[in-house]
Amino acid sequence: MNLLLNKTLKKMKLKYIIPILFIALFTVACSSDDDSDAIINEVENLKKIQELTNATHTVELFNATGKFETGYNAISIRIKDNGTNNYVENASLSWMPVMQMPTMKHSSPKSDILKSLGKKTLYEGFIVYQMANLDGSGWSLTIEYSIDGTNYSVASDIIVMQSEYQNVTSFMGADDTRYLIAMIEPQTPKIAINKLKLGLFKMETMMSFPVVEDYKITLDPRMPGMGNHSSPNNTDLTYNLANKMYEGNLSLTMTGYWVLNLKLLNTLDEVLKGENVTEEHPKSSLYLELEF
Amino acid sequence: MKMSLRNIQKVRSIWSLNFNPSYLITFTKLSKYIALSGWEVDTKLSIILILTDGIVFYNQTTTMKKLITVVIWVFCGGFIFAQESPDTKNDTTKLDEITLVGRRKLSNYRQEKTLSSIDDYLEKSSKITMIKRGNYAWEPAMNNMNSERLSVTIDGMQIFGACTDKMDPITSYVDVSNLQKVSIGSGQSGSENGHTIGGGIDLQLSNSKFHQSGLKTSIDLGYETNGNYKTGGLDLEYSGNKFYLHADGIYRKSDNYDAGNSQEVLYSQFQKYNISLQSGYKLNDHHTFEAAVIYDKATDVGYPALTMDVSLAEALITSVTHKFENDSTLIQSLESKLYFNTITHVMDDSKRPDVPIRMDMPGWSDTYGFYSKATTNINKHAFEVNLNGFYNRSLAEMTMYPNDPNQSAMFMYTWPDIRTLYSGIYAKDTYAIKDDMSLSAALRIGFHQNEIAKETGLESLQIFYPEIGATKNRMLTSFTTNYQVKKEHYDVSLGAGYGERAASVSEGYGFFLFNSFDNYDYIGNPTLNNEKAIEANFKANYHENRFHLGLETSYFYIIDYIIGSVDNSLSPMTIGASGVKMYEALSHAKIFNVYLNSSYKFSNSFSLNGTVGYNYGSGSNNENLPLIKPFSYLAEVNYSKPKFNAALQLQGNGNQTRYSGFYGEDETSAYAILNLNLGNEFNLNANKFVLKYGIENILDTNYSTYADWNNIPRQGRNFYINMSYIIY
Repeated sequence: MNLLLNKTLKKMKLKYIIPILFIALFTVACSSDDDSDAIINEVENLKKIQELTNATHTVELFNATGKFETGYNAISIRIKDNGTNNYVENASLSWMPVMQMPTMKHSSPKSDILKSLGKKTLYEGFIVYQMANLDGSGWSLTIEYSIDGTNYSVASDIIVMQSEYQNVTSFMGADDTRYLIAMIEPQTPKIAINKLKLGLFKMETMMSFPVVEDYKITLDPRMPGMGNHSSPNNTDLTYNLANKMYEGNLSLTMTGYWVLNLKLLNTLDEVLKGENVTEEHPKSSLYLELEF
Repeated sequence: MKMSLRNIQKVRSIWSLNFNPSYLITFTKLSKYIALSGWEVDTKLSIILILTDGIVFYNQTTTMKKLITVVIWVFCGGFIFAQESPDTKNDTTKLDEITLVGRRKLSNYRQEKTLSSIDDYLEKSSKITMIKRGNYAWEPAMNNMNSERLSVTIDGMQIFGACTDKMDPITSYVDVSNLQKVSIGSGQSGSENGHTIGGGIDLQLSNSKFHQSGLKTSIDLGYETNGNYKTGGLDLEYSGNKFYLHADGIYRKSDNYDAGNSQEVLYSQFQKYNISLQSGYKLNDHHTFEAAVIYDKATDVGYPALTMDVSLAEALITSVTHKFENDSTLIQSLESKLYFNTITHVMDDSKRPDVPIRMDMPGWSDTYGFYSKATTNINKHAFEVNLNGFYNRSLAEMTMYPNDPNQSAMFMYTWPDIRTLYSGIYAKDTYAIKDDMSLSAALRIGFHQNEIAKETGLESLQIFYPEIGATKNRMLTSFTTNYQVKKEHYDVSLGAGYGERAASVSEGYGFFLFNSFDNYDYIGNPTLNNEKAIEANFKANYHENRFHLGLETSYFYIIDYIIGSVDNSLSPMTIGASGVKMYEALSHAKIFNVYLNSSYKFSNSFSLNGTVGYNYGSGSNNENLPLIKPFSYLAEVNYSKPKFNAALQLQGNGNQTRYSGFYGEDETSAYAILNLNLGNEFNLNANKFVLKYGIENILDTNYSTYADWNNIPRQGRNFYINMSYIIY
C-alpha cells in the first residue's frame, strides 16, 4: 500500500502533493480525536430497527429498511457498553424469536449469529418471520450473549409487519411434516435472469426449525395479470451446501406482479407439496410472490 | 414553342453519357406531344427529361456560357428508376398532356389526384405494393420484400421509424408537398444510400431553384366522399438569383372509411399535418448552401387491422447541404449533407372499448448522419462515389396496466435502447461501351455496429441469449453489375448482384413484439448472421410504331433469410397470442417476379395499356413465404387532350392460391375494381387552375388484397375532387 502510494506521489507534481498532505494530516487529526466516527460508518447503509436494553448493554438491531416484516430478514447487530459507550467487539451471541399466540407459542427459522466479515463491531444473522398480526404485535426477541466469559441476556417485544406479498410460506408436506420456504434473494428483482435463493426449513418442534438439505424445488414463474405468461430459462432450485440455501435461476421478462409456482421434492424425488401449472390449474398450492 | 429534333440532338450531345439513343427515338416520336419552353438563367443548364414510359432522365449541372433551363415533362408519374425501370402503369394521366411547368414537385398536377399522399403515389408503381394496416401509414414493399429488406431514405438521409409494430414507415413522415421525386432502384441497384436486399426508395426533396421566377403561390383543396376526407395545402415559393425559399403546409383529415356495401371500417380515421421549409443560398457559381426542415405530425390515427391506434406520430427532419459544382475540376460535383431527425411515436388503445389489458407503447428514434457524394466523368466513364454514415438510437417501451388495480403496472423495453452505427462507401462506374451500349458496376462496403445501451436491455435479452454481449459488429458488402443495350426498336438490360444486410432492430433486439398478422409474439435474435442475396434481373422492351411490349423479371436467391420461427417452449406475453416466435434464419429462400406490360396508341389522344404480373416466393423449408403478391393485372383506357384527360381503369388480383398458411396467411380471393379518373386544366389570366375528379371502385366492391393486414377491407365507392390554383 505504501509502495503504491509512494509511486503515486512520485507521479504527482508538487503542487498537488502539498494540499493532499494537508488534507491527509487534517483527516488523521480528526479521526484520532473521535473513534466513534469510524464505528458509525459500519452501519452507514443500514437503518436502526430497535434497541434492546438491559442494565449493562444496549443491543442495537439494524437492517436495510429499518423494520421487521414477514419473510426473510437479514439483521445486523451491535452491542454498546452502557458504561463506556464503546461497542463490544468480542461478543458471541444467540437469539430466540417467539410468537405468542392465544393458545400456544412458537419460534421461527433463524440463523446463527456471526461476526460480520471485515467489521469490528457488527454481528449478523437472519430470522424468517412466517406470520404477523395486523398490528405487528405478538413477536418478542431474546438475545443471549457472552462477553469475556460473562453471560448476559436482553429481551423485548418487537414489531413485525405483514409483507405486501407472500415471500414466505408454511405448509404441511405429504410426509406429514410442516415445512417453511422463504425467499432470500432477489431482494431487488430486475428484468433479467435473477439469482433466486430460497431457504427451506422443517418445523421439528415449536421452537426448532432446522434447514432441510438436498431436497429439490421446481420453479415456474407466472404473471397472472398477463394471462399467466411464463418466462424461459428458469432453473429448478438445488441445495447449496456452502450457504445452506436452495439456488436457481429466475427469469423475469418485465416488471410487475409475479407468482413463483413451486413444487417441493424430497431426496427420493417424491412431491411433498405443489402442482404443475396448467390452464385448469393456474397456480400451484405452493407459491411465493414478488412485485417490482 | 415546339421542340424540334435539333433541340434534342443538342440535349443529347451534352448528356451523351447518360442519355440513350433509343430513348431519343422514343422521344422524337413523342415530340409532337411535347411542348417545350426554355428561358435563360444564369450560367447553369438543367435538364429534366421524363419520357413517356415513366423513365426519367434527370440531370443537372453543366457550365455553359449561354444558359438555358429546359424542363420537359412528359406526362408520367415522375418516378426515377435507377435502371430506367418500370413505370407507373396506374397513372391515368400518363401520356396525356405534356405541360411545361417550371419545376414541379413530384409532378403532382399530372397525378390522377393532385393531393394524393405519398402512399397513394408509391402504389402507382407496379414495382411497389403498399401493405395496409389501416388507411394511413402504409408500408412499402418492393419485389415482395418490405421494410427490413429495403433501404428507404429521404433525400439520402437515413431515418428509422419509431414503432415496433411498423405502424410508421418513414414514407408516412413526408408528404408529396415536400418532395420533388421518388427514386426507386430495384434490388442492388437501390444500394446507393444503404444496404438492401429488395431495393432502395429515395424520397428526394426539391432541388435548388435559383430560377428567378419570383413569388409563386399555389393553393390545393381536396374532398373525398368516402370517409369525409378533407385535404388542404398551401405552397409558397420565392425564387431569386442567389436565394430561394420554399414553404409549404398540408393538412389531411379523414373519418372512418366505408368498405364496399357501406360497411364502416372502425378505427380507420386519421389526421395529420406537415409543414416544410426549404431554403438555399448561392455563394457563387460553384458553391451553394441549402437547409431544409420538415415537421410532420399525425394524431388520432386508427389502425383497424391492429389492436392499438396511434395518438401521436411526430417527426422533425432537418438537414444542411453544401453543393459544389465545377466542370473544369476533377470532381465535377460534390454534395455534402449533415442531418438530424427525431421521431416520437405513441401507440394508444384508449379508444378501443374491449382490450384484454390496457397498455402504452411509446417509441423514439433519433438519427444523426452525413453523406458526401462526388461525381466525375472521365472519358467514357461516369464515376460516382458516396461516403455516408449515421448513428441511430432506437428505444421503445411498453407499460401494461393490469385489470386488477392492486397490481402495479408492468413494464419492459421492447427496443432496449439500440444504438446503430454505420459508415460505408459506395462507388459506381458506368462505362459507355458504345452510344447504345453501357456497362455499369457498383460496390458498397460498410461497417455496421449494434449496441445495447441499456443494462436492463442487455439483461432482458440475456434471458433468451445468456451468452450475448452488448455489441455486435458486422461488415456488409453489396455488389451489382448491369449491362444495357438500346436499339431503335428494342432495349435489353441484364443485371446481376450480391447484397448483404444486417438484421433490423426488431429482428435483432425486439422483445415480445406482438405481430397481429400471425398472432405471435416475436423475440429478436442478436446472434443472426447477415442476410445475403444473389440476384439476377432481366428487362426487355420492344416498340414498333404505336405498339409497345415490355418484359421485366427478377430473381432473388436469399441465403440466411430472416423470419420468425415458432418456439413451443416459450410462453407468449400478449394475452391471446398463439405463441412465441424467435427470429431465425432459413438456410435460403427464393423470390421471383415477372411483369409483362403492353400499350397501344390508337391515336394521339386515345390509348390502351395493360400489365400482368406474377410473383413467387418460397423458403428452404418448402413453405411459401408470406406477403407474396398473387397474379395481378391492370388494364386502362386513356383519352387525353392538352386540357382534359379521362381514364377508365380495371385493376385486380387473381386468387391467392400460394398463400402461406405456415406463416399465418389465409387465402385472399380474387377481386377486380373499376376506377374512373378525369382531369381538367384552365388558365385564368396568368394563373392556372387544375381540377381532378373521379370515382374509385365504381361498383362498390367489397374486397381486400393479399397486402391488407388481417384482411381489412379496402375502400368502397369513393367520389373525389381535387382542385389546385397556381398564382404566378
